[in-house]
Amino acid sequence: MNYKTDWVYNPAPESADHVRIQERYDLFINGKFIPSVKNAYFKTINPANENKLAQVAEAQKTDVGLAVRAAKKAYENIWSKMDPSERGKYIFRIARLIQERAREFAVIESLDGGKPIRESRDVDIPLAAAHFFYYAGWADKLEYAFPGRKTQPVGVAGQIIPWNFPLLMAAWKLAPALATGNTVVLKPAETTPLTAMKLAEIIQECELPPGVVNIVNGGGETGQALVEHPDVDKIAFTGSTEVGKFIMKTVAGTGKKYTLELGGKAANIIFEDAPLDQAVEGIITGIFFNQGHVCCAGSRLFVQESVAETVISKLKNRMETLIVGDPLDKNTDIGAINSKAQLDKIKMYVDIGQKEGGEIFQSSCNLPKKGYWHAPSLFTGVSQSHRVVQEEIFGPVLAIQSFRTVDEVIAKANNTPFGLSGGVWTDKGSKIFALSKAIRAGVIWANTFNKFDPSSPFGGYKESGLGREGGLEGLMPYVHLV
Amino acid sequence: MGKRINVQKTYKLYIDGKFPRTESGRYIKWQDPKETTLVNVCRGSRKDFRNAVVAARKAASGWSCRTAYNRGQILYRIGEILEGRREQFMTELTLQGSTKKQAEKEIDQAIERLIYYAGWADKYVQVFSRVNPVAMPYFNFSFLESVGVVAAIAPDDISLLGSVSVLAPIIVGGNTAIMLASESRPLCAITFAEVIHTSDVPAGVVNILTGQRSELLDHFSSHMDVNAVVYCGNDPEEIELVQSNSALNVKRPVIYRGQNWSDKKMQGPYHILETQETKTTWHPVGV
Amino acid sequence: MLANKSMFSQTVDQVNVQERVARLFSRSIKKESKVAALNNILSMIDLTTLEGKDSPGKVRQLCYKAAHLHNQFPDLPKVAAVCVFPPMVPVAKKALRRTGIKVASVATAFPSGMSTLAAKLEEVKAVVGAGADEVDMVISRGAFLRGEYDRVGEEIAKVKETCCEVHLKVILETGELVTLDNVRIASILAMNSGADFIKTSTGKVFPAATPPVVLIMLEAIRDFYLQTGKKIGMKPAGGISKAKLAVQYLVMVRETLGQDWLCSELFRFGASSLANDVLMQITKQFTGVYQSTNYFSLD
Repeated sequence: MNYKTDWVYNPAPESADHVRIQERYDLFINGKFIPSVKNAYFKTINPANENKLAQVAEAQKTDVGLAVRAAKKAYENIWSKMDPSERGKYIFRIARLIQERAREFAVIESLDGGKPIRESRDVDIPLAAAHFFYYAGWADKLEYAFPGRKTQPVGVAGQIIPWNFPLLMAAWKLAPALATGNTVVLKPAETTPLTAMKLAEIIQECELPPGVVNIVNGGGETGQALVEHPDVDKIAFTGSTEVGKFIMKTVAGTGKKYTLELGGKAANIIFEDAPLDQAVEGIITGIFFNQGHVCCAGSRLFVQESVAETVISKLKNRMETLIVGDPLDKNTDIGAINSKAQLDKIKMYVDIGQKEGGEIFQSSCNLPKKGYWHAPSLFTGVSQSHRVVQEEIFGPVLAIQSFRTVDEVIAKANNTPFGLSGGVWTDKGSKIFALSKAIRAGVIWANTFNKFDPSSPFGGYKESGLGREGGLEGLMPYVHLV
Repeated sequence: MGKRINVQKTYKLYIDGKFPRTESGRYIKWQDPKETTLVNVCRGSRKDFRNAVVAARKAASGWSCRTAYNRGQILYRIGEILEGRREQFMTELTLQGSTKKQAEKEIDQAIERLIYYAGWADKYVQVFSRVNPVAMPYFNFSFLESVGVVAAIAPDDISLLGSVSVLAPIIVGGNTAIMLASESRPLCAITFAEVIHTSDVPAGVVNILTGQRSELLDHFSSHMDVNAVVYCGNDPEEIELVQSNSALNVKRPVIYRGQNWSDKKMQGPYHILETQETKTTWHPVGV
Repeated sequence: MLANKSMFSQTVDQVNVQERVARLFSRSIKKESKVAALNNILSMIDLTTLEGKDSPGKVRQLCYKAAHLHNQFPDLPKVAAVCVFPPMVPVAKKALRRTGIKVASVATAFPSGMSTLAAKLEEVKAVVGAGADEVDMVISRGAFLRGEYDRVGEEIAKVKETCCEVHLKVILETGELVTLDNVRIASILAMNSGADFIKTSTGKVFPAATPPVVLIMLEAIRDFYLQTGKKIGMKPAGGISKAKLAVQYLVMVRETLGQDWLCSELFRFGASSLANDVLMQITKQFTGVYQSTNYFSLD
């Protein structure tokens, strides 16, 4: 097929006129914006062009201490004592204000993180608002959530979130914590602090009592200070398995509760009786959604041998139509890689894959000169023993294997330390149930992939994490059952 | 007539449906508090534990695929068999230091707890699973699945009821288990293994080791093919070790800190949930 | 080489198709790319009148419009064809002489297809004889839904035989096939049996062309091409009256079939009022002012 057409789409940039980004953002502690004790700042850049967007205060250990103290005070004096329905109303307010300012949030999310505006506009921001809306409603209904038991809040929650879905992850963390009566110190990722600071503005606007939500920016050391703080009662972390394990070790013996959403290397399995064209779309969504910066990405593709050739050729054709470029262009499918470090890591794996004998295919898109970019890529001729098959790349790189029998593909799908998600494509209902039972993973997408909803629990088996976020299950980590 | 020489019992390990001696050949001399009886108890080794994990892993998929009804029946069967062996447990419990009255109460509670969990087998999934009303044309449901292989450190201060309280919620949920018996009261754990052995529990589903907690705790909590570790006790250093070792493969640490196992609150579906995973499945709704 | 078995057996998932359509339709087409699309759309239109009350006068008006709708902008392309009932073929043929615009005629007991094969072939023969450049036939949906695929295929093959060199468009009447699975099967069946074009609808059944249906047909065309090397054309018809929707369909064609299909030889719109809206949009692009229907002739 010839997808190099005479008819090219003109740039269709999302308007950024209405977006205000300050030159400098401070810490959000006890309802106020304050500089860090050391007056230290780091810069956050636009990964699509490497331009500086803003300076952001870097929280020191002392700052984290201040934030925790504010959270503890707010917990003891106000939030845990408040009528739950009033608590819920505050959270509803947050949801509404995000909806009202949705486009502004979407633009900033794309500027700061590199993701296409189509995704920040249609997925990240609406889902973030929906999460607040969903959990707001739980605040005064907790007695119905856990039969036979009553709930008590845990206290101060320290929440550390990743850079792949900055606002959405903040929502995943904040909404259930607040609904159940906890107060929060949130640490956004170092490369994507801006939408969290915008959220802080909303929280002020909502007149949420000071100290209920505190936001401290910084890198690993800031996170560590938060994890180690003795007055933090619960840790919620989304990020790499490596850091997750470090957190587990750190909190060992302290009695702190914790939930971890860690890495993945999901199998996406295409059977010969699958709706193939839709499966190809599912493969695309599975691995190229958000540049592949998705912990539950369908990064290991298994195609039944009888249709492997067809599926791979359809997939390559489809990859040729993916538009890679300016994240703010409404037609962009694949935006910028989030950071230089991540780009280097992806390139390293692509290198390893080729050195180990994998055959690479990349779509023939033109990558911009400035900024961090990576073409959509796939490997064929790889097996379970290849590193690109075993390790989480967290980028737009797919590893394809074929299989013959159901037993074989189940064994291979589970042959990983991870267990976050999995995909099954077949037209046969009973096969779907068999496979979704056999795959050891927390989320199974049958004839779909990478779908999220606030009412749907999300979280992994094995080294992909511990605990669930979303849905009724997502309340559990934030309560003591009595 | 002279006094009859009684036949003394050899207390062995229970691994993969068999009663082997420890591969290490080591033993612990165990004496009752009144110093009337001396017993050699196997001092299980890390290799015994390793073998038990292999057995538990092998049994895991078969056990988790049993119907809930069947697992319930088998748990009930354990209760039945236990009922029939009251006398033996009376002897062992009193030998371990309980009064007759305490022993009787513990046996009653152990049987009742088994029956209680047997009844949960086909209900906990019902109570704790759900259909999630996602805002898209998809059918989305979440249900519970066993976490896999569970290593358990039984409470030291209450042997029979402790073993039952720890094991029942693990296996009723489709997991397989390796339990380290109470170090100070090891006898009835091994006798309980005999009960399990005669109750249609498939080989490898329950494995029971005796030995030293200080030696084995590290291995129980660090093994990479164990999915969850249940710890009963009150030692801060032990708890820290268990939780820290759990980080190696992100196993689920479940800590029962200084609990009173004869309290009715120490039974319930939330104990089953401790070794369950929630799985969520999405499927489009269309024609 | 004909399409293989797996092309028939490949199923379609409705929800995923809807999601794909939504994604394609979210493309933002602006400025030059929009003008280029609108121009292209104009050249792809089969200006259609298929009513029981059609008269030579009405057909002549339509043909006049077809030939002159670009008077205001002489650089604009002409529509591809005028599509009429069989008795109107001579009228249209005469009215469109030397315009380069083709005459298409429906046939085979349009729109129901409820007649004998012999009668259908007679009708085809008549319109071909009257000089139609293109024939739009309907498939026997009753037979299709009963699973008599061979019979449906044979009918198409016979019609094609009768058409000789005249272009054959096969109308699947997807609104009566109900499922997307059926749409795919019917598409492949038609292509296998000699269709030059496959077409969604008669315009007499609701729903007519829907975006999911069009996508499935385009994908079938792609698979058929990859299998056989033959390029089959596509014609959505019915309910396409807005330029915006037509542009969205063009996006769908571009990202499913690519460059080769972005021309009137392989893609048509069957529509009666689309041309006016396209003209309005083009005028808006030139003048920068939003337009009113009052300034565009009704025919």
